[in-house]
Amino acid sequence: MSKILNSGGDEAEFAKPLYVPIKRRSFFMYAGATAGATALLLSGCDDDNVDPVTPAGTVSLGSGDVGVLNFAYALEQLEAAFYAKVKASPASDFSAAEKDYFSQVAAHEAIHRDFFKAAINRDAPGKIIQDLTPNFDSIDFTKRATVLSAARTFEDLGVQAYNGAGKYLKTAAYLVIAGQIVSVEARHAAYVRDLISNGSFADDSIIDPVTGLDKALEPVDVIAAAQGFIKEKLDATSVGK
Amino acid sequence: MNIFRIIEQLSEVDADVLGRFDSRRAVFKTLGTTAKRGALASAPVFLASLFQKAYGQGTKPTVIEVLNYAQTLELLEEDFYKKMVAAGQVPAGAPKGAIDLILKHETAHVKLLDTTIRALGGTPVTGVKFKTSAFPADYTTQLVVAQALEDTGVRAYKGQAGNLMGAMAGTTSLLQVALQIHSVEARHAAHIRTMRMQTPWIPAADSALAAPLGPVYTGAIPESNTTQSNVDITKLGAGYTANDAAASFDEILTMAEVLDASRAGGLVQP
Repeated sequence: MSKILNSGGDEAEFAKPLYVPIKRRSFFMYAGATAGATALLLSGCDDDNVDPVTPAGTVSLGSGDVGVLNFAYALEQLEAAFYAKVKASPASDFSAAEKDYFSQVAAHEAIHRDFFKAAINRDAPGKIIQDLTPNFDSIDFTKRATVLSAARTFEDLGVQAYNGAGKYLKTAAYLVIAGQIVSVEARHAAYVRDLISNGSFADDSIIDPVTGLDKALEPVDVIAAAQGFIKEKLDATSVGK
Repeated sequence: MNIFRIIEQLSEVDADVLGRFDSRRAVFKTLGTTAKRGALASAPVFLASLFQKAYGQGTKPTVIEVLNYAQTLELLEEDFYKKMVAAGQVPAGAPKGAIDLILKHETAHVKLLDTTIRALGGTPVTGVKFKTSAFPADYTTQLVVAQALEDTGVRAYKGQAGNLMGAMAGTTSLLQVALQIHSVEARHAAHIRTMRMQTPWIPAADSALAAPLGPVYTGAIPESNTTQSNVDITKLGAGYTANDAAASFDEILTMAEVLDASRAGGLVQP
């Protein structure tokens, strides 16, 4: 065992988690994740995948799977910052129950942000985008109605973002993670919508009444919609490519 | 990389680890070849495919099989809500409005899947009905079943995403369509849960509920799970509670788990 661990190099680094005794409960997750971890390890060896040149002051989300992860990370940073502010100074007309629920939503979004940060730094060292600076000047945080309206925008946009970006992921394990997050975003969206108007969780304005489908947006369109809330200029043109 | 050592480690948690592979001899023959080639980079790839075969759902289902599986669940949901409306226990106003809206979506999903399966040259499943003897007479319990069906649907679609990677119908990504249904099911689930005075998201405690809800939130990866992609969520940042860690990620169910008699499989009219 110690001999193996001391063999050095990337290969030993990659294999290290495999030598740690595994609890049965977590094992089945692990078996599923192996394929993804492997694919990423290999793609990490590919030096041809250079980020395109972007104008100065522009943050490129990057290409390939890492681009999709950075895209998600950018949105989660935005959502986490928004709810942190809602939680820190809630509108005076929020009920106690609403404050409680929004503090849970704030935790979920902060977790998503922190998770992507950890996963990108682990799987694609050096490829993570910078911390973004939110611009919430257009949002009145003192009123429940304006907070809910902004929350609806962020949550529906988040759902549409994951729905549209899933097809660009080449690593199955990342796709599953995206799926695990998007349904929680959809739950948030439904909750916020119902607070605005009970029964609007999946009304005809957001779900196509003929196909029964939620919306899906391409990464560039999501970033165009989110750009007004972020100070840095984001470039999503290579995401998934 | 010492593959034999890994298998030895696996055998400590899974006595049948070798039984899961095609045959002991075949495994070691292949391992030998891989080692001889000295292609270290290919070893993890080989290992991953080996484990996927051994621990996955057997052979990867075809796109038609995945769509028919989805259709089975959509038909089950559609028939359940039809029965719920017909039973007449849903209070007028917001509750009736919500159930009607959800039924409308399930019917739309059935039509969409039926059309898609036919377009791909497959034969859509038909005639799936909610088990009459399992249909609750009272509204409160009907909502419990609705929650079970919706949260199962969310987990079921999520579990098939990997099997739809790259699948197309003409220029339409079937994975994207599945995701667009998946998030609708999650919206339904959230609303039904709030109708029952539950959080719209799934707390860790739900995995310990009694049947019929409990099994919906258990499985090889229960909804109470707090480790994602080998990252302990509770230890991120300044730390998070196990409940927030569990609720911030929904979990998959495999086809076999969903079709088990303890879950949706037990709600289908034989």
